Amino acid sequence: MALGTIWVVAEPSGAGLTATTLELLSAARGLATEVAAVTWGGGDHAAQAGEYGATTLYQVGDVGDALPGAPVAAALAALVGAHAPDAVLVPASYDGRDIAGRLSARLDRPVLTNVTGLAAGDGLVSEHLVFGGAQLVHAHFTGAGPGIFVVRAKTFAAEPVGGAPAAAVAAPAGDVGPVGAARVVARHEEVREGPQLEDAAVVVAGGRGLGEAANYGWIDELAHLLHGAAGASRAIVDAGWVPYARQVGQTGKTVKPALYLACGISGATQHLVGMKGSKAIIAVNKDPDAPIFQVADLGIVGEVQKVLPALIDALKARQS
Amino acid sequence: MNVVVCVKQIPDPTAPQSLDASYNLDRSGKLILDEADTYGVEMALQLVDRAGGGEVTVVSMGSSADLAGIRNALAMGAARAIVVSDEALRGTDALGTAKVLAAAVRRAAPDLVLAATESSDGYTGTLPVQLAELLAWPSVTFATSVSVEGTTLSVHRQTEAGYDEVTAPLPAVVTLTAGVVEPRYASFKGIMAAKSKPVEQLSVADLGLEGQVGPAGARQAIVDVTAAEARAGGEKHVDEGDGAARIVAFLESIKVL
Repeated sequence: MALGTIWVVAEPSGAGLTATTLELLSAARGLATEVAAVTWGGGDHAAQAGEYGATTLYQVGDVGDALPGAPVAAALAALVGAHAPDAVLVPASYDGRDIAGRLSARLDRPVLTNVTGLAAGDGLVSEHLVFGGAQLVHAHFTGAGPGIFVVRAKTFAAEPVGGAPAAAVAAPAGDVGPVGAARVVARHEEVREGPQLEDAAVVVAGGRGLGEAANYGWIDELAHLLHGAAGASRAIVDAGWVPYARQVGQTGKTVKPALYLACGISGATQHLVGMKGSKAIIAVNKDPDAPIFQVADLGIVGEVQKVLPALIDALKARQS
Repeated sequence: MNVVVCVKQIPDPTAPQSLDASYNLDRSGKLILDEADTYGVEMALQLVDRAGGGEVTVVSMGSSADLAGIRNALAMGAARAIVVSDEALRGTDALGTAKVLAAAVRRAAPDLVLAATESSDGYTGTLPVQLAELLAWPSVTFATSVSVEGTTLSVHRQTEAGYDEVTAPLPAVVTLTAGVVEPRYASFKGIMAAKSKPVEQLSVADLGLEGQVGPAGARQAIVDVTAAEARAGGEKHVDEGDGAARIVAFLESIKVL
């Protein structure tokens, strides 16, 4: 049973829409007869939204230096009231989660988060991985009103259909009062070299087993030698060894590289969810019972302090 | 300055987890304070200390009357607790929880509410923002540092590319990333003092929220639960000096090299 209308919260990023947005538009197309997108900011995204299947693009417009959560949710709540879509899909991003939470409270409708799949069933049925991906929960909304689904990155493939530009409809939020009073006064961007963690074909990630922060240098070097990106477990991000932007897992990034090399990572539930979709997984860990070995295609039970320097030497020798 | 910290008592995450017959997380065992909430308690204590006055109140909701985790937060130094515990709360979703916590927070009338970005058992991650909307307050999520000057909040907020400096007027809701501060260990003195600190225990009826909580209030249901397709583990070798060579051979086999 296809749904009538699915809306996608279309998050702007630079000149375009985020990768997760395009993934959600692509998925929505297969689930509903009509797809609309809701975006904000000063950019013109009608062509890209149309290319990925949206026929209508609601534009909240420039929110100035406000955090987008409150104004976008206010505008979206008004639009939902007027047009009654069957479902709203929201990217699981920093601002996406803010929008979903505020929209939920405004509409008095619940939210399903950490969605890793969607299918038409009794309404729209979402899939969620629990207990580190050991079990799949399928859930749906009951009662009147749209379902709000917060969907994890890389759940779907982004596939353009070459549609005409979406019809743009202005939908300004207006004054939202105190809820919209949070202001961005400065932005800081970390300089990153090499491929982005989310897009890299090879991800080399380090965890507590590295022993100390300085040893993360091996992870950087291996990522460089393999033309990949360096990632990290939550444990060493919490410990302050590396920035949060490198965190892979439930609370960090979802990656699906061709190769994931996990070094000194035990494989806690929270980490596995973010990387178990990788095509090939190699794990190096001294604990033979570490859960990471259950998902690894090649497991090396040993000290990362011995294996990683040897691997770096071997890779360097091949390149010279 | 008065600060409320939303905390949750969860099943020990290192113990095996399971769903009960109603598809709720089995919470019948011992509950502990979610480690993610210890950052909020620590941050609140530091902010109140820096402000030169005020107190920290922990607010929590659960279906169990167990208070061990709450006492842990009090032992760290929080002054008091408001706990909404009621069998009727079993199966309450994030929005229902936000309604309960909003009612509890209103009783404490704080300047600031702190919460973790998400709990370590449910990982929903929308509750603090739902709470902010119900309170009609601004919110700043994913804080990596927090300071307060007068009635203005300044936060470093994690972004995809780095971080934003964000300001907001109080009262406000802030969610903290793990590791934002180093949580203190409760001292023996603190543990003893926690036993006599006030814990206000409320029911759903006390807050006038009958019908809005539990499975009926959730308006979402689990269709089924199935075992996920297991990813087959591959070969595992104990490193005998050949670990690096095995990795190189594997990289060649999948054409990464």
